[in-house]
Amino acid sequence: MDARALAALAANPGCRRRALLDGAGVDKGALAQALGAPANFGQSQFAHQRGNSFEARVKADGGADLVRLLHERLRDGSEPPGPGAVATPDLTAPGPQGRTARTALALREATAAGRWALLDHPMVSLDVAGSPAFLEPDAVVVHPDGSWTVVEIKSFPMVDGSADPAKVGAAARQSAVYTLALERVASMIGEPEEGHPPGGGGDTAGPPSPVTLADRSPVRARVRPQVLLVCPKDFSNLPTAELVDVRKQRAVTRRQLDRLTRIEEIAATLPEGTTFDLRLTDDGRVPTRPVEELTAAVDAVDAAYAPECLSTCELAAHCRTRSRAAGRVEALGRGVRGELGGLTTVDAVLTAAMAAHADDAPTGDPAVDALRRAAALRAEALASRPEVACR
Amino acid sequence: MSLITTLARMEAVREGRAQPLTTVRHRHLSARPLAFVPLTTAGEAGAPLGALVGTDRDAPRLLIVAQPRDRDLRFAFLAELAEEIQPYLDSYADEVELEERKETDPETGKKVPVQVELCQDAPQLLVPSAAGVAFVRLLGRSMRFRRTAEQDPETPFPAPARVPLLGRWLTHYGERARVPGSCLLLSLTELLSRHWATGQSNLEDQHLGSLLAWIDPPEGVPGAEAALRAESERDANGQLRCPPAGPSTDPAFDNKLLAPAMSRYDAARAEASQGVAGGGARLRLAEAELRGLIESQLRPTWDALWRGVDLLRALPEGARVADRWKRDRWSYTGHRDRVRAGEPPQPKLDDAVTAAQKLAARETAQAQLEAHEALDDPLVMAGRRLAGEAFAGEVIDVEMAWSDAKVPRPRPLVTIRTEDRPHLAERVKLHRVTDDGRAQSGEFAGFADMDGADEADGADVAEGPGDAHGQGRALVVRLTGGMGRGKQPEPGTVPEKGDRVCWTLFEHAPRGGPELPDPESTPWTHGGPPDAAAPAQGPQPDPMTEEDYL
Ligand code: SF4
Repeated sequence: MDARALAALAANPGCRRRALLDGAGVDKGALAQALGAPANFGQSQFAHQRGNSFEARVKADGGADLVRLLHERLRDGSEPPGPGAVATPDLTAPGPQGRTARTALALREATAAGRWALLDHPMVSLDVAGSPAFLEPDAVVVHPDGSWTVVEIKSFPMVDGSADPAKVGAAARQSAVYTLALERVASMIGEPEEGHPPGGGGDTAGPPSPVTLADRSPVRARVRPQVLLVCPKDFSNLPTAELVDVRKQRAVTRRQLDRLTRIEEIAATLPEGTTFDLRLTDDGRVPTRPVEELTAAVDAVDAAYAPECLSTCELAAHCRTRSRAAGRVEALGRGVRGELGGLTTVDAVLTAAMAAHADDAPTGDPAVDALRRAAALRAEALASRPEVACR
Repeated sequence: MSLITTLARMEAVREGRAQPLTTVRHRHLSARPLAFVPLTTAGEAGAPLGALVGTDRDAPRLLIVAQPRDRDLRFAFLAELAEEIQPYLDSYADEVELEERKETDPETGKKVPVQVELCQDAPQLLVPSAAGVAFVRLLGRSMRFRRTAEQDPETPFPAPARVPLLGRWLTHYGERARVPGSCLLLSLTELLSRHWATGQSNLEDQHLGSLLAWIDPPEGVPGAEAALRAESERDANGQLRCPPAGPSTDPAFDNKLLAPAMSRYDAARAEASQGVAGGGARLRLAEAELRGLIESQLRPTWDALWRGVDLLRALPEGARVADRWKRDRWSYTGHRDRVRAGEPPQPKLDDAVTAAQKLAARETAQAQLEAHEALDDPLVMAGRRLAGEAFAGEVIDVEMAWSDAKVPRPRPLVTIRTEDRPHLAERVKLHRVTDDGRAQSGEFAGFADMDGADEADGADVAEGPGDAHGQGRALVVRLTGGMGRGKQPEPGTVPEKGDRVCWTLFEHAPRGGPELPDPESTPWTHGGPPDAAAPAQGPQPDPMTEEDYL
């Protein structure tokens, strides 16, 4: 699961179906396909190429440009990084666990070294509903003061200093997930058993050497709450950047991740033997599991469908069909429920609204009374068509 | 979403087709709009891929960029676009009427009436969706600072003639579209979803095909099913039958069809430039193939756009739409004058004063639009009544009264029986329109018995004596204006027993009548010279790099 998916998951924490499927590592895209309701997701190769070439350009030059961009945005009056001032530790390691461990080590070393470092595609992990999710930010910069900045590189443009707010918002939510994961790493190395000199020599990425107690000045690793969003400037391929404060998104994501029901708890409520196995043919291409069986398995877990799912969850087409078939009012929008009190289905709402004609006495239920008035006013206005309104 | 809209959506679910949200059309539709359906290359800062454009629904002009990475081809596209759009924009510039306007005389500082030109009509641009409006803005931004060789012989990549000019016009149209109720640049999704409630969410309504499927489903097919087909039905080749309304394309189209065709084009172009035998023919073939592909994605949206126009034209126009359109005509005329006066292109960012002015103007426009729509349309008014911002009912008593002033003025008390529950407090200002279309003001004076006598027991004003059993309540309104100048109200200005009246708590013409041009369209020839420090040619053009787009 990547950070985008996680941010989306956190956006709909009430959905047990998604929590379980994601937690269990089910390929929701394939599942949706097998259910006969494929998602309309997919990336154009043009967008992909453009994204890659832009990212490569931003990181060219050993990250010096990127760090300079970050330094410029900080406006803290500190010395700009000189030539060769940015360390770029090697992060290769086998497997996600290996890469996560390697990243943590590199972060600790770079933090202790007290100089600029750029971690290119590090890997961090986050506990999601009881199981680990591995995440790969575009980059993390370690500052000489031991603080860390998440870097998010996007290929949508910043025209005259501002970008599409919806896209910036999505990037901020995604980056907030990285800051959360990094905070865990920071808390583990924040109070090292051995102190490290803050300035350090020229050598950086090497293993920290034990120092005497007198030199001890504990490194305080911390994750900066502003992430650096790097985008193409105007209509060019030149990078420009803005610091985006993600404190709010981070708090929301943290709270919602905490609320995610633990997967075991959800699984425990399922009928014995529930599985989302598609029973793929030997070449792994064609699912052989009967659709009804699969549907039953999926429907055994409660969902919380809202139209926002359409852009965030592969299963949305399926869940929408189900939600509509059940006549649920949320299918018309998440906000709709609020004004309808205890009425949860379209039928119930329409029945309550229409009853007004037979019996005008107030029901005592403010939602029902408001609906009746709305229905009566609407009917009156429609009947007066096409007269001019209001004289 | 208001409760009344929610209800309409649920009715749409039940009926299997969209339900009206209005009884009239609240936006101006030109008799000869220019439709513009653009496509961009995925992932690029709005690098155009192609467009259908024109005023004739049966004969749109197809423009494509066979290789969006090629600057010359992009410029050629923009030049053709300007060729198509600019004459249309210009064609409204010369038919004018004269309007009188008050202006400050620079010498005496006095307000003096002057005659100014106002274009009789204005060009209207229609795009499929809100993303199309944003794209117009982006195109405008990318084009208006370009320099033609004529403007600047030294410029490294001279833009074709008319391109910077069209950039300024598109910028103007894009800015104007931010003003609530303005109609110079409109998207069909916004237009249609203003007038109909579908059985799906706002988010799903962004899809033009699916929105139309609800409003006008094929015979015997429920809206939900038709919408689902529009959204997701694919042919044997995995291509959407109803391509997205752009400007982004469907990734499956990009990957399966467009990318291979572009590679063929690139190869043929390389061959042709090397003089390989038959290269030229292959290049033409490859280009024709791309044209066909891009048109296949554009044409369904083009047709959908005009279908939407038909549906909207079938609605009668609201009575106050023409007033608002007049503001659009001012806006168009103002920009015409700016261009003619040789003003530089609009700046990249507004200065603080301009930004504040625009914001204020938009707020006024919003309030005015809401008032207009309610007054033009009982269904919109019903929403305001439900929200407690208006009430309608029958006059059950009228009592003449006068003010205590030295010259007493008529202040009749009108008692109205209503089932509405307006949010009234003592002396709240009220507004209505009289039968002959004049504005009348009043204030809330208290509750009365249902037989019309004043309420004696001083019941709680906010709630009032209530009769929640469907008989309604009686409210007393003191008329304070709209009765002429005399001691006796002019005939016909005071409602009579038995009349139906509708009072609103909101003003009908919040600040500024339709006669004033908006600040944005006050040409500097009328409002003083532009910032003297600004460079005469406007801001420097964007620097260009090899990998630039647009
Ligand atoms: S689409 Fe379904 S599974 Fe996915 S988040 Fe929405 S309700 Fe949950």
